[in-house]
Amino acid sequence: MIEIKNLHAKVDGKDILKGVDLTIRPGEVHAIMGPNGAGKSTLSYVLAGRDGYEVTKGSVTYYGKDLLALEPEERAAAGVFLAFQYPVEIPGVANTTFLKTALNAIRKHRGEKELDAMQFLKLLREKTKALGMSDEMLKRAVNVGFSGGEKKRNETLQMAVLEPKFAVLDETDSGLDIDALKIVAEGVNALRSPERSMLVITHYQRLLDYIVPDHVHVLAAGRIVKSGGKELALELEKNGYRDFGVNEAA
Amino acid sequence: MAAQPETIEQVRAVTEQKYKYGFTTDIESDVAPKGLNEDIVRFISAKKNEPEWLLEWRLKAFRVWQTMEEPQWAAVSFPPIDYQDAHYYAAPKMKAGPKSLDEVDPELLKTYAKLGIPLREQEILAGVEGSEGKSPAIAVDAVFDSVSVATTFKAKLEEMGIIFCAISEAVQKHPDLVKKYLGSVVPYTDNFYATLNCAVFTDGSFVYIPKGVRCPMELSTYFRINQANTGQFERTLIIADAGSYVSYLEGCTAPKRDENQLHAAVVELVAHDDATIKYSTVQNWYPGNEEGVGGIYNFVTKRGACRGKNSKISWTQVETGSAITWKYPSCILQGDNSVGEFYSVAITNNFQQADTGTKMIHIGKNTRSTIVSKGISAGKAQQTYRGLVKILPKAEGARNHTQCDSLLIGDQCGAHTVPYIESRNRSARIEHEATTAKISEDQLFYCRQRGISEEDAVSLIVNGFCKEVLKELPMEFAVEAQKLVGISLEGSVG
Repeated sequence: MIEIKNLHAKVDGKDILKGVDLTIRPGEVHAIMGPNGAGKSTLSYVLAGRDGYEVTKGSVTYYGKDLLALEPEERAAAGVFLAFQYPVEIPGVANTTFLKTALNAIRKHRGEKELDAMQFLKLLREKTKALGMSDEMLKRAVNVGFSGGEKKRNETLQMAVLEPKFAVLDETDSGLDIDALKIVAEGVNALRSPERSMLVITHYQRLLDYIVPDHVHVLAAGRIVKSGGKELALELEKNGYRDFGVNEAA
Repeated sequence: MAAQPETIEQVRAVTEQKYKYGFTTDIESDVAPKGLNEDIVRFISAKKNEPEWLLEWRLKAFRVWQTMEEPQWAAVSFPPIDYQDAHYYAAPKMKAGPKSLDEVDPELLKTYAKLGIPLREQEILAGVEGSEGKSPAIAVDAVFDSVSVATTFKAKLEEMGIIFCAISEAVQKHPDLVKKYLGSVVPYTDNFYATLNCAVFTDGSFVYIPKGVRCPMELSTYFRINQANTGQFERTLIIADAGSYVSYLEGCTAPKRDENQLHAAVVELVAHDDATIKYSTVQNWYPGNEEGVGGIYNFVTKRGACRGKNSKISWTQVETGSAITWKYPSCILQGDNSVGEFYSVAITNNFQQADTGTKMIHIGKNTRSTIVSKGISAGKAQQTYRGLVKILPKAEGARNHTQCDSLLIGDQCGAHTVPYIESRNRSARIEHEATTAKISEDQLFYCRQRGISEEDAVSLIVNGFCKEVLKELPMEFAVEAQKLVGISLEGSVG
């Protein structure tokens, strides 16, 4: 269970999160919607432990542990996964190498036996096939020359391989056409399980047609201002974020 | 490359260790008195029981050297070297030369075992059997301080007419070959350090591949400086006769010492018609400590002559060690259609300095050269790529492609690129590409979010950056090189 309590955070000296409260139970999918600048990406980076995102108040308890005390790689080993809005390119490092290094680092951290090349390739083949990805994509350097859709699919593949307990999907729909969106959403849905929680961050309701959340929250000006079921997303789609004191043309 | 995932694992396994070759071996050695004069040159020559012509050659070089000054154009700085304050000859004490491995001091063999060099032929053979003949065997020549202590697989190579031995042995057994080729690529008047080497070189490796022979295994030399206050001046001479092929590896390590030690080697390669020489180096001399104290001055002259038509010389180097590196492996592309290649990874961390690159001299028609240089700078290190591409008037249709990429880690290091291009033939095509990048916060965070520690992430990213070059190394070295990349950059972030 993940409990975020009264979370305040600063970026570049500016207060962005101003008291976020959120509880996510195993198996639940929560969506966070909100206008630009509400602090959605900040929340995802704070949860993942990125440098420069300074928590000034509040706590995040992750299965009984103080999540904020852990290094980013320790959080990853504990099962926290962030699907990036803008996946990063790493020239010269094959996707397979990257995935194997990551998986074995996590396994080692957990005191599990590292997978050898054969075991890993077998696992990877299964996951790739399930996501309808080509072997060719595995040989290419991490995200280099990938289309927007391929990058997001690659994030999904990483999630499938690393099998997190808590996945944060940051604007996974951004830059995707409808076909690509469907493929990625299918991949994510396949990973839903009673043990795995997800936090889906999005600006638009569209993604939530495909990844149907259990709970929807509205984040505005650094706080969760409204929570509800999946119908809240539809309401937002119709009325925009006006009701939350935000004027937005989009 | 298929080995990549495993090697990354090994990178992680070794990232805890610093310079692991920093031990010294307690061994009795035969040392010349400190200082440099004609008597020392004569002493070395006498110790080696050299013929008169070689002594004369050394003395000529020494006289020229006395009139020369250290080159000042490289972007490196160091206090003046007192050339009188070093020993120019140090050899492990042995009765005459070792006839077989059994006569080699067990302490020495232990040293090489620590370095991971499989000197004992039995072990190598066992290894080959174990891997069902998949990995080719390696013949090793080990040079300890100034003397070649053991060469393996000699007998097997001799059956094919291949000569692989210490150069001092070649002087005795194959004087005609040595006389014909020694100094034919790097003349004794060449430059300050090379000329010094001509005067005082003590040993090194000699390779001759006869016509039409493809050398069936990697030939390898491991250089080790053990003795304090000694310079190491080894000399390598490789001749590939018409239609032959050889792949040669060179590795170097030295103990940790607070004083700087000079290493001024000369390597000469000669490729005749249709011959190919592939020369790979993994240079891991002691780089000095985090404060920049100690370390090897690696001032080396390496040059290959593509004498024959369709000949090819390929240099691959991974330079992670040394306090200062000054080295420009070059190709003289004399034969028509000859090919020169230079693939380089140079890593400088802490206070290391490197001024390195290559020279491609196009003389023959349709000669081609490729230069790929990857420089990585971290800490307070400074690194310069310096390269010359020269097209002479008769080099009709010559082509060169140069790619220089620099990667910076942190904000206190520097990378500089100094390409010299001279073309005197209108039909020549020369391309130069250069990039400079930094390891981004984004990349590091991305890796860490996936569970990879910061140091492993740096190693992974840098290995990716160097991939084009590392894949040129023979498999046996590629693994070692990738580990080195990780170790060399330890402590460069965070």
